Amino acid sequence: MRADRKVGIVGWGVYVPQWRIRSEELARGWGRDWKRYAAGIMVEEKSVPGLDEDTFTIAYEASVNALRRARIDPSKLRAVYVGTESKPYAVKTTATMLIEALGAGGEDRLTTGADYEFACKAGTEAIQSIIGLIGSGMIDYGLAVGADTAQGAPGDALEYTASAGGAAYILGPAEESIAIIEASLSHVTDTPDFWRRQHERYPAHTRAFTGEPAYFKHIMTAAKKLMGLIGTTPDDYDYAIFHQPNGKFPLRVGTRLGFTPDKIKPGLITPYIGNTYSGSALVGLAAVLDQAKPGQKILVVSFGSGAGSDAFHIEVNDKIEEVRDLAPKVMDYVNRKRYVDYTTYARYRRMIRMLHDFSAY
Amino acid sequence: MVYIVGVGLTPVGNHWSKSLRHLAVEASVKALEDYGKDVDYVVVSNMLSGVINGQENLGSYVVSHLGKIGTPAIKVEAAGASGAAASVVAQGLISSGMAERVLVVGVEKMTDYTSLEDTTSALSTAIDSEYEGFPGGTLDAMHALVMREYMKKYGVNREDFSYFPLLMHKNAVDTPHAQLRFKLKPESYMRSPMIAEPITLLDLAPVSDGAAAIVLSKEPDGPNGNAEILSVGHATDTIAIYRRESLTEMPAIRAAFSEALERANIERGSIDLYNIHDYSSVLGYITTEELGLAERGKAPELFKNGGADRDGPTPVNPEGGLKARGNPVGATGVYQIAEAFLQVTGRAEGAQVEGAKTALTLSAGGLASNVIIHLIRGV
Amino acid sequence: MWAYWQSVPAHWREIPARYRLEGGECQDCGYRMIPREDICPKCGSRNVKPINLPRKGNVVNYTVIWNAPRGYEYYTPYVIAIIELEDGTRLTAQLTDVEPSDVKEGMEVEMVLRKTRVSGESGLIAYSYKFRPLIK
Repeated sequence: MRADRKVGIVGWGVYVPQWRIRSEELARGWGRDWKRYAAGIMVEEKSVPGLDEDTFTIAYEASVNALRRARIDPSKLRAVYVGTESKPYAVKTTATMLIEALGAGGEDRLTTGADYEFACKAGTEAIQSIIGLIGSGMIDYGLAVGADTAQGAPGDALEYTASAGGAAYILGPAEESIAIIEASLSHVTDTPDFWRRQHERYPAHTRAFTGEPAYFKHIMTAAKKLMGLIGTTPDDYDYAIFHQPNGKFPLRVGTRLGFTPDKIKPGLITPYIGNTYSGSALVGLAAVLDQAKPGQKILVVSFGSGAGSDAFHIEVNDKIEEVRDLAPKVMDYVNRKRYVDYTTYARYRRMIRMLHDFSAY
Repeated sequence: MVYIVGVGLTPVGNHWSKSLRHLAVEASVKALEDYGKDVDYVVVSNMLSGVINGQENLGSYVVSHLGKIGTPAIKVEAAGASGAAASVVAQGLISSGMAERVLVVGVEKMTDYTSLEDTTSALSTAIDSEYEGFPGGTLDAMHALVMREYMKKYGVNREDFSYFPLLMHKNAVDTPHAQLRFKLKPESYMRSPMIAEPITLLDLAPVSDGAAAIVLSKEPDGPNGNAEILSVGHATDTIAIYRRESLTEMPAIRAAFSEALERANIERGSIDLYNIHDYSSVLGYITTEELGLAERGKAPELFKNGGADRDGPTPVNPEGGLKARGNPVGATGVYQIAEAFLQVTGRAEGAQVEGAKTALTLSAGGLASNVIIHLIRGV
Repeated sequence: MWAYWQSVPAHWREIPARYRLEGGECQDCGYRMIPREDICPKCGSRNVKPINLPRKGNVVNYTVIWNAPRGYEYYTPYVIAIIELEDGTRLTAQLTDVEPSDVKEGMEVEMVLRKTRVSGESGLIAYSYKFRPLIK
């Protein structure tokens, strides 16, 4: 897909909570030997949200960082979409809180706002929508956020990867952008590989079925179709970012598509902080923007269970150098860390409760 | 002229089998029996009945249970200074001719919720609920900020703060109605659990139930002793302490004190004892400094060296103060005036300061944001 | 009631201050404050206008709360501090993302938005400013 009016990234920002738990400690909590799982997961530690953090607070800080780089007045934002699968309220839009906190839409709050849900690709889905709004000329600036405090059931394989963090992207007209989204494409099928039923605390998943027919099939289809559409090959890209549910899948899908690992690793952040779900590919893209040079080309392909993928072809321009240092970078947050043990982790994730706990959740 | 002519106290403590009404009635009956005549107005003081006991309309509530249906009655609230404020209102009723004899009864029933979180929430209604309480601040935390500032400014340590509770506990041993009638060991103080650093449990007044009543009259017609209320000094400060210029000074105390002295037309040297509002050790220290009993930063020495002892030059809280007599908050101010009354009429039993004629009481609401001083002299 | 359940309107009407540090500035004497008062506490002027206060400041004084009020018990120990913002305005706030033993007077802090008061599993999540040591 290409918009009539060219759209690009005006500013980006991320946030990752400071708390970490080592995979080894998670395994110890269940009497398991981490060494037997390490190669299959390739995530050494993951971020854990603090007691006072949730998707909104993560989205807020990522958005403040994006605004610092965008150098626009927040009142100019006319679309604010938060992609997440861990909404603070099941019903009550996170975007409204974000709009209020940022002052988006001006005094009269004249802006659209909504929460998007599409498992791990809700954030890139938000970007697709905003490209449409700006590309059609309906608005000039929009904010898309992908953020999660992901749930992994105690003792489940997902407990090693489900983490917390997010990224925010302010999109605007191409002439004001630091990177232009030349084209995008979405591919969606009904593939039940992972879900969380209404009222459940933790998601269910289908183990091996989440791989080939879900993750690999959708990412490869979207990537190939997008490259076919615009006539590029893996050799044309300097960086490739794929959804990163663990440290292994992105390298494998990239290799199968023909990308060398050196193009994938700069945007592969999951091994250090785990899978931030709706933030996953977008935190990866932010890490690449933190270092990309003018003229470089980036392929981003997200994946959301259920299932689908969004693919983007992005070209960086020279404005990026002006704004890169205006906010903390991905690695600043990755390196800002303090470890918790399993007991503290269980407390922070509200897996253990106090008697008469009136400060629940 | 307004006189104190009768008194009645319940012991301060955990009254599991008594409710708000039992306590109020018990103290009122004692005071009315001490006085021997009827009253024509009832002023109730209380801070937390709405919060803890789900009971307001305390004027009607108390007279209903006291067998005085029909008598005009109201409640007065000023946090920790509620009792003193009730006395102020009663004096106004008498001075204006609205009443001749007024029963002032302070009552508080704090132990009906047994978790410290609940009493902490209740007491913290004395600070700014939206901009100090909402972020997670408590009344104890505000005292902690003051204590840290005091320690930093004057270079005093934790041990220096032990002298205050040690004296209060020692005094309470001799006070029949006190809650904590045991001596405190210095090492117990140093091991005390943290509440809000650097404030520990033993820096703070306990959670208490209790009721105290006095009868005020326009004539000194009490059969068991009479005292004149020489004057009242009353001043306020900002409720939120982050808006204050200084945390180690309490200008409301200074203002109330000079006003009280001026109105009574007496010298500070003629005050025989000081009954102050020591919600925390540091508030006790700063109060004695503001009252001129010690130089700034030197209050610890006053308490260490015996200057504040019952038989010392300037006795402070001979009954044990809030720390050891206890702090049934809304009743505390009435306990203070009642104790001063007993002192200046020679009826303070074991807590008696020899030859005391003139007493000062100082009650403080919030973190000394509402300060009321009474000067009382036996007649 | 209030101790167990945060009033929704009472929080809602404070959102400008709690989300965006909106305070007041006296147009006559210049005194800045949070919350905004109708009457300037310094000079008594009624001409007080809303203003967004700076998001950075430093710790003037602090205490570590071990005995929390209702609704905050799960978060202990936490730090309550008096913060002086870059323009001199003071406020009371909770510190976050910091070990209580690492807090120092003069520590540079910046505003973040965090969950402050949560009413059980079904009630309001009240978000508000907290302050955290500067990241960068």
